Amino acid sequence: MKNCEYQQIDPQALSTPTPTPPPHQGDEPEKKTEPKRPKRKWEVFPGKNRFYCDGRIIVARQSGVLPLTVGLILVTSGLFFIFDCPFLVKHLTSCIPVIGGVLFVFVIITLLQTSFTDPGILPRATPDEAADIEKQIDNTGNTSYRPPPRTKEVLINQQVVKLKYCFTCKMFRPPRTSHCSLCDNCVERFDHHCPWVGNCVGKRNYRFFYTFIVSLSFLTAFIFGCVTTHLALRAQGGKGLVFALQESPGSAVELVICFFSVWSILGLSGFHTYLVASNLTTNEDIKGSWSGKSGEDVTNPYSHKNIFINCCSVLCAPMPPSLIDRRGFLPADESAQTGGTDIELPTLATKSEINVCTQGTKGLLESAALPPLLSTSCPQGKPQTAHPCPDISPAVNSDPSPELSTGCGAHHRASSHRDASPPRHTKTRSKKCKRAALHIPNPAFDAPVSPTSPDTGPGSKGRGHKGASFAPLH
Amino acid sequence: MATEFHNLQELRHSASLVTKVFIQRDYSEGTVCRFQTKFPSELDNRIERTLLEETVKTLNSYYAEAEKIGGQSYLEGCLACATAYIIFLCMETRYEKVLRKISGYIQEQNEKIYAPRGLLITDPIERGMRVLEISLFEDRGSGGSSPSSSMSSGSSAR
Repeated sequence: MKNCEYQQIDPQALSTPTPTPPPHQGDEPEKKTEPKRPKRKWEVFPGKNRFYCDGRIIVARQSGVLPLTVGLILVTSGLFFIFDCPFLVKHLTSCIPVIGGVLFVFVIITLLQTSFTDPGILPRATPDEAADIEKQIDNTGNTSYRPPPRTKEVLINQQVVKLKYCFTCKMFRPPRTSHCSLCDNCVERFDHHCPWVGNCVGKRNYRFFYTFIVSLSFLTAFIFGCVTTHLALRAQGGKGLVFALQESPGSAVELVICFFSVWSILGLSGFHTYLVASNLTTNEDIKGSWSGKSGEDVTNPYSHKNIFINCCSVLCAPMPPSLIDRRGFLPADESAQTGGTDIELPTLATKSEINVCTQGTKGLLESAALPPLLSTSCPQGKPQTAHPCPDISPAVNSDPSPELSTGCGAHHRASSHRDASPPRHTKTRSKKCKRAALHIPNPAFDAPVSPTSPDTGPGSKGRGHKGASFAPLH
Repeated sequence: MATEFHNLQELRHSASLVTKVFIQRDYSEGTVCRFQTKFPSELDNRIERTLLEETVKTLNSYYAEAEKIGGQSYLEGCLACATAYIIFLCMETRYEKVLRKISGYIQEQNEKIYAPRGLLITDPIERGMRVLEISLFEDRGSGGSSPSSSMSSGSSAR
């Protein structure tokens, strides 16, 4: 009996089956064909991610400028191999294309791994967990629109750390975890959301990201050096730079691209090397969590106080598993009941968040003796599956590690709990996705990248540019 | 009241879920995976303190072993970096091996210790490594009124 708008979740309301049969089965064409097909968990994933190849590949909803990144790398490297390598092999050494080739392969592989790997997404809390946490929070019942941000303090290596409560995921975020608003997920050891790779950078893919930017800086510097040498050699003998550029026009393009990108990429690599050596994340560095600017004596509690150990713990630690189990199957009783039955929840000021939670948590509840959990469906977002992708990767069942599958058609699920017009939106997207695995369905992405949760201050808005961008190339 | 079940099968068929107890993570040593060894009060008369503490401590030691940074992990990391991390596609990582050991251990503990007392431990990996979930069961035959009274854990919060 509380008067606050934010009411606690009663798990019993969610888990009791309704007596009436689901009335909407005729409206869903994708259900009538295979009522018994077991659904995989990625199909009911609540965050804003897209999945390809039956859940093996995960990307953020907005791929940002990933195609641009790939295109720039391919174009520059292609021009390098076509225009510069033949000349340099003849006049210098044949190691040059070999080195260039190795760097190029490294860059492309690590870029794709960064983009397609689960960054360390934390699955949302089940209704039982959320109710248990609610019990432990002392709710004073104020009448503001939103209850005050809930925090919990823990002592980590003699340093007080505040854990914030995530209203979307219904749990207290572990240390160093942050909620990315673009992907609508809590990500462990959240670094930043990088539009250039079209994904968040977190615990699981930070090493790929770091290797990507380091090898990209080597590649860019190498190409820049080779192009300069090439043009200098051609311009020898008084022929002049213009003559050299006319003979090798591709080199001009490479020169421009490399000149503008080498500084920003080198700068970014240097910055991330500093972060790795001090075991910080971009998020923490920008917020100044451990810099003690508020006057108190704070130190980074996660640092091992030794550069070598810090580097090893960030880059060489055992690869943690993916917690979202994309390719696992939902229990059969749940997948058969994904009808359109809505669970009535009391009208609240924060109803949208509870709806998001129940939509998501139904997919995660698998208990031995629970009665079958009826899936809720928000009136807006429905999982829509496009044409299924032929399963080309052999025999990898529930391996959550990053997989590179090329040439595979797009089989994705668009989930938009907060979009205004999802049915038309998702259908258009499914058509576009058929063309390629990499594309931008929504060319306009949010420029201010705010990886932190909505309840942090407005200062977080600016961080996206500093941490996420490679600095504009143009 | 006797809540004796002989095995997990019997538990699943003849018992009804009463409530769940969650053991949260212990972050005092950083972000490594550890669970609190504090004994939850709801389990006071269901299981001996030492048994649960032993289970949690063993799980914590497994997780520490999985996340240990030492000579072997450096080698694996360097080798992976040298191959542009492609070996992650081919090889099972050490963490995954330990996770399989953990689920085997939990299964064994459930069968030997927890199911006979009407409890069931859920593998933390299924809950995103956030909590150790212990489900409490009551025998359906004897627990006619107890489900509703035990649901007070959900309704008393209102």
